[in-house]
Amino acid sequence: MGVGLQVTNLNAWYGTNHALLDINLPIPANEATALIGPSGCGKSTFVRCLNRMHETNPIARVTGSVRMGDIDIYNDVSPVEVRRRVGMVFQRPNPFPTMSIYDNVASGLRLNGFSNRRILDEIVERSLKNAALWDEVKNDLKKKSGASLSGGQQQRLCIARALAVDPEVLLMDEPASALDPVSTAKIEDLIFQLKSQYTIVIVTHNMQQAARVAERTGFFLNGRLVEFDATHKIFTNPGDKRTEDYITGRFG
Amino acid sequence: MTSQYKTSKGNRMWRAASNHLATGLAILSTILVITPLVVIFIYLLYKGASSLNFAFFTKIPRPVGETGGGMANAIVGSGLLLLVGSALGVPIGIAAGIFLAEFGRGGKLANLVRFTADVLNGVPSIVMGISVYSLIVLPQKHFSAFAGGVALGIMMIPTITRTTEEMLLMVPHAIREAALGLGVPNWRSVLSITLRTASPGVITGCMLAFARVAGETAPLLFTAFGNQFWSVNLNQPIAALPLQIYVYALSPYEEWHRLAWAGALVLIVLIVVSVSLVRFVTTRGVLKGAS
Repeated sequence: MGVGLQVTNLNAWYGTNHALLDINLPIPANEATALIGPSGCGKSTFVRCLNRMHETNPIARVTGSVRMGDIDIYNDVSPVEVRRRVGMVFQRPNPFPTMSIYDNVASGLRLNGFSNRRILDEIVERSLKNAALWDEVKNDLKKKSGASLSGGQQQRLCIARALAVDPEVLLMDEPASALDPVSTAKIEDLIFQLKSQYTIVIVTHNMQQAARVAERTGFFLNGRLVEFDATHKIFTNPGDKRTEDYITGRFG
Repeated sequence: MTSQYKTSKGNRMWRAASNHLATGLAILSTILVITPLVVIFIYLLYKGASSLNFAFFTKIPRPVGETGGGMANAIVGSGLLLLVGSALGVPIGIAAGIFLAEFGRGGKLANLVRFTADVLNGVPSIVMGISVYSLIVLPQKHFSAFAGGVALGIMMIPTITRTTEEMLLMVPHAIREAALGLGVPNWRSVLSITLRTASPGVITGCMLAFARVAGETAPLLFTAFGNQFWSVNLNQPIAALPLQIYVYALSPYEEWHRLAWAGALVLIVLIVVSVSLVRFVTTRGVLKGAS
């Protein structure tokens, strides 16, 4: 089951660049939350703060708190533990090029010391089915490299890889921006199905996509969260002039 | 409207000509690179092949004046020296490369290590021999295969370190992020993902270093010393192909000269075979379609 996130007074910096300013945002469990906004507004930085990937950059800094259920991910647990529970799918598909399809999906568990073959087989099959990739690859699991798949398949492989470690939250940073419309539709269908089991945060530049998959949408501008509300409210009756300007294409 | 994109006939011909010129230069350079190897190999075949026989690979050298004999002890000795050298040079070299690329990035210690490796790379091999002589041979009061292996190992380190560093830095950042994003600890990600992705390049670096020291004579002169008899004892002086070639080539005997040529031929063939073998074995598991 997914678990909700509560973000309080989150600030983030890259060196002296103040990238996020006082973000306060509840992310409800088992829903998809979309984050929209122009390039450079801080959406990606924000999701990277949710699994502590932000701090892998040596010049980056964060203050504020992110609570997952009743734990504070910045104080109660290690970054490694956080990333195991908050999975991430990146903008560009990034399968491990030297690994087979099977090994890619199993990698998260194996690299954490899990080696039971029978259970791994089960988890790999279930994850690939959840990522809607099983039927396309089931005959080449150990024969083909993850990098030999098409772009859309690679991205679903990356989703399967993230699902295999059984996270509670799944962060998706523009997961379909490098994909064609057919693959994008597949990823969107997938997000719809995954909501029942995971909490999903999706960054997107595509407003129709946000409208299609997300219950709630947040609009970021210049490092601030301008507005956060139910998706239909954001797109039909935004409370802030800047949100309205953005979704109607008057700037950005 | 379209006229501005049209090119004149002269322009098109110039482009075609410069294209052919560049291709021609590339082919010429390739030939220039390959020629020395081919010429050396043919010359060695011409000079040495006639002295190669079964005894060359199975017998040890005969005393002066007797004909026949072989270099079996030198072939085995070289193998043993390279084994000791690789056992020392490969792990240290790769570990230092990992430190430079993954952990010490930009730090003072990393700059020091990188500088040391570059200087070490430029140290003449005879100096390496003398250094190991004073560090190991003098305290032990005897020459040994071990000392020879150490000298070769130290010579392998800088090449391996710098290629490992460069290959690791070429691994895309997205691959590291993918591993970290799965909740894999950093050290594990470095060893199992980054190093593995870079492994073809790292192996090439190790093979370069291996091939280079396999033919070294100078660092062995005062360390492994050479041996006319059978020995596989690491604590005793040991024969090595380059040493044997050196001694035989400088000798006044026609028979020994022929054996030296044969030894050189065997050395170069063994290097080619072992490098190809390692490449074959280490790339066998790689899947089709992997970059």
